[in-house]
Amino acid sequence: MCARLEVKNATFSYDGKRNIFEDISFSVDSGDVFCILGPNGTGKSTLLRCLCNLYPLNAGNISIDGLDISSYAPKKLAKKIGFIPQIHTPTFPYSVLQVVMMGRTPHLNTFASPSHKDREIALEALRTVNIEHIWDKPYTELSGGQMQLVLMARVLAQEPEILLLDEPTSHLDVGNQIYTIKMIKKLSQKGLALVMTSHFPDHTFLSSSKVGIMKDRKFLAMGPAEVVVTEENLQDAYGVPIKIVYIDGEIKRKIAVPVVKD
Amino acid sequence: MKRVEIAGQENSHNSSDFTLSSNAKYRFYPGKVSINFILFLLLIGVLITSLFMGRYPVDPVTVVVIVVSGILERIGDAIANITGVKIAFFWSIPHTWSIIVNTVVWDVRLPRAVAVVLAGSGLAVSGATYQGVFRNPLVSESILGVSAGAGVGAALAILMDQGTGVIQLSAFVFGLLAVSMTFAISRVYRSNPTLVLVLAGIIIGGLFSAVISLLKFVADPYSKLPDIVFWLMGSFAKASTANFILVVPVILIAMLVIVLLRWHLNVISMGEEEARSLGIDTKLFRPVVIVCSTLLTAAAVCIGGVIGWVGLIIPHISRMLVGPDHKDMIIASILLGGSYLLAVDTLCRTLTSVEIPISIVTSILGAPMFLYLLYRAKKTWS
Repeated sequence: MCARLEVKNATFSYDGKRNIFEDISFSVDSGDVFCILGPNGTGKSTLLRCLCNLYPLNAGNISIDGLDISSYAPKKLAKKIGFIPQIHTPTFPYSVLQVVMMGRTPHLNTFASPSHKDREIALEALRTVNIEHIWDKPYTELSGGQMQLVLMARVLAQEPEILLLDEPTSHLDVGNQIYTIKMIKKLSQKGLALVMTSHFPDHTFLSSSKVGIMKDRKFLAMGPAEVVVTEENLQDAYGVPIKIVYIDGEIKRKIAVPVVKD
Repeated sequence: MKRVEIAGQENSHNSSDFTLSSNAKYRFYPGKVSINFILFLLLIGVLITSLFMGRYPVDPVTVVVIVVSGILERIGDAIANITGVKIAFFWSIPHTWSIIVNTVVWDVRLPRAVAVVLAGSGLAVSGATYQGVFRNPLVSESILGVSAGAGVGAALAILMDQGTGVIQLSAFVFGLLAVSMTFAISRVYRSNPTLVLVLAGIIIGGLFSAVISLLKFVADPYSKLPDIVFWLMGSFAKASTANFILVVPVILIAMLVIVLLRWHLNVISMGEEEARSLGIDTKLFRPVVIVCSTLLTAAAVCIGGVIGWVGLIIPHISRMLVGPDHKDMIIASILLGGSYLLAVDTLCRTLTSVEIPISIVTSILGAPMFLYLLYRAKKTWS
C-alpha cells in the first residue's frame, strides 16, 4: 500500500531562478504527525502550501494515495487535504459558526448553500474543540487563541484525511499551546495524517512522530524526534546553542532549551 | 473528595443542559429571513407609491387595480395567442378609468419604475460582490472603470447624433471595453492579482475620464455639450420598454448567477489561499463573479447614466440589517437597492417642475449616509 502523502524530490521556486527548497522527499501515513522545524524564511510555509497544491512544484511530485495532487479537482483535493493557515483577521465580521461552516464548502454543490446537516456538522466540530459557547460571536473580535480553535473546528468540519497546519502554536499562550498540541495528538490517533510547521523544537517531543529540520533549501535531518532533534542539529539550524535535557520526576521527558551566556 | 465529585457531576449536568438549550437556538435564524421579507414588502410599497406619484394625479387604489387588470389582460392575450381561446375571466375588471390614466401607468411610469428597480438592484449587487471578491468594503461598482468607459461610449454616440438606443448600446460596449482593458493590464503582473486589478481599474478610469473631458471640449457647446453633461449626471427620463428591453436579460442572468453563488462569496472573501484550500476553483470562480458584476454595472449605467454611491452604500446598509453572510446580504442588497433608487427617482421627477438628475440626489444623500455608516461600523473594519 502506498503512503497517504508522498513527496518525491520536490523543488520549488517563485521566480524560476532561486529555489526556495530543492530535492525534498518524505512521506506521511495515517496517524503520523510530521513536524517541520527550521529558522525563519527557510520555506517551511511555502512547502506546506505546495503540499495542498496552492503553489505548483517546479520539479518532483506530490501524491496522495498514489495519485498526483495536480490530477485532483479542487473540491476532491479539499476533501482529502485540509489546510489551517496562520490566523489573520478577515474583512467581514462573520460569526464563528459561519466561519466553521465554510469548511463544508468542498462537500457542497457549486450553486448550493450549507444545509441543516452541514450546520449540525459545524456545531459538532465546535463542540469537539470546546468553543461551542462562542458560536455567534463575530470571528473578527476573537483573541488569537480562539481564532486558532475556530480554524481547527473549520478543518474538522471539512473532514479531510490529511491535515496541514502552519505554525499552529505561534500566536498562542502556553496554555493554548499545550491544548493545541493535545488536539493534534488526538486527531492523529483518530487516523488523520498531520503535517505542521513549528518554531518550538520542544513541542516535537510532545506531539510528533517524525521531524524534518529544514535549512538552506533542504532537510538537514529527518526521522523520529528522539533521533533528529539533537543539540548538534538544532545548533546547525538556528545558529544558537540549544541544550537538550531529560527531566525526571513529574515531567519525565526531554526538553530543549536555548543556552544564553552574557 | 465527595464534594468534588458532586461539583463535577453538577458541572457536566450544566454543560449538557447548555448544549440542549443552545441547540434549540441554532435551529432557525431569527430575523434574517423576515428582514428580507420586510425589504420585499418595502420594494412593493415603493413601487406602488412611484406609480401614483407624479404630475398626472392617479389615486393609489386605482393604480393597484390598473396594474392588476393590465397583468390579467396581458396573460389573457398570451393564452389567446397560443390556444386561440379567449377566457373572459382575464377581462373581468371593468375599466372605470380613462385611457390617459392607463397610458400614464402602463406606458410611462411602470416601464420607468421597472428600469429603475433593475438598475438599482444591479448596482447594489455589483457593489456587494466587488466588496466581497476584492475583500475591501470601500470598493464600489465603478472600481474597474466601467462607468468612465460607459461615459465615453455615450458621449461618442451623442456627438455622432445617435438616438437613445444607440447611446445605450454604445455606453454598454464601451463600459465592457474599459473593464477588458483593466483585466488585460492586470494580467501582465501576476504577483498580487487583486491589488493589480484595482490599480489597473484606477488607471483605466483615469484615462477614460480624460477622454470624456476631451469629447466634452470638442462638443458643440449649444446642442451636444448639455446632452453629454446631462447623460453623465444620470436620468431615467428616457427609459421606455423598447429602450431597456435588451439589457433586461443581461441583468437578470448576471444577477441569478451571483445569487446562486452567493454563499461561496463568503469563502472567497476570506482570501485566495483559504478559498482554494477549501476547494473553490478561484481561477474560474473569481472571473465569473467579476464578469457578472461588471455586466450588471454596465447594464445599469447604460439605462440610467452614471449613478454614484448606490453600489457603495446599499451593501453596507444590507450588511447592517442582515449581517455579513452573503447568503442573506446579497438578497437584501437586491431588494434594498431597487427600493432606494426607485424612491430617489420618484423624488427626482416629483420634487420640482424640472426633473433633477438622479446622480445629484444619490450623491447628496449618499455622502452623509456613508459618513454615518463609517461612524457606526468603525469597530468592524480593520
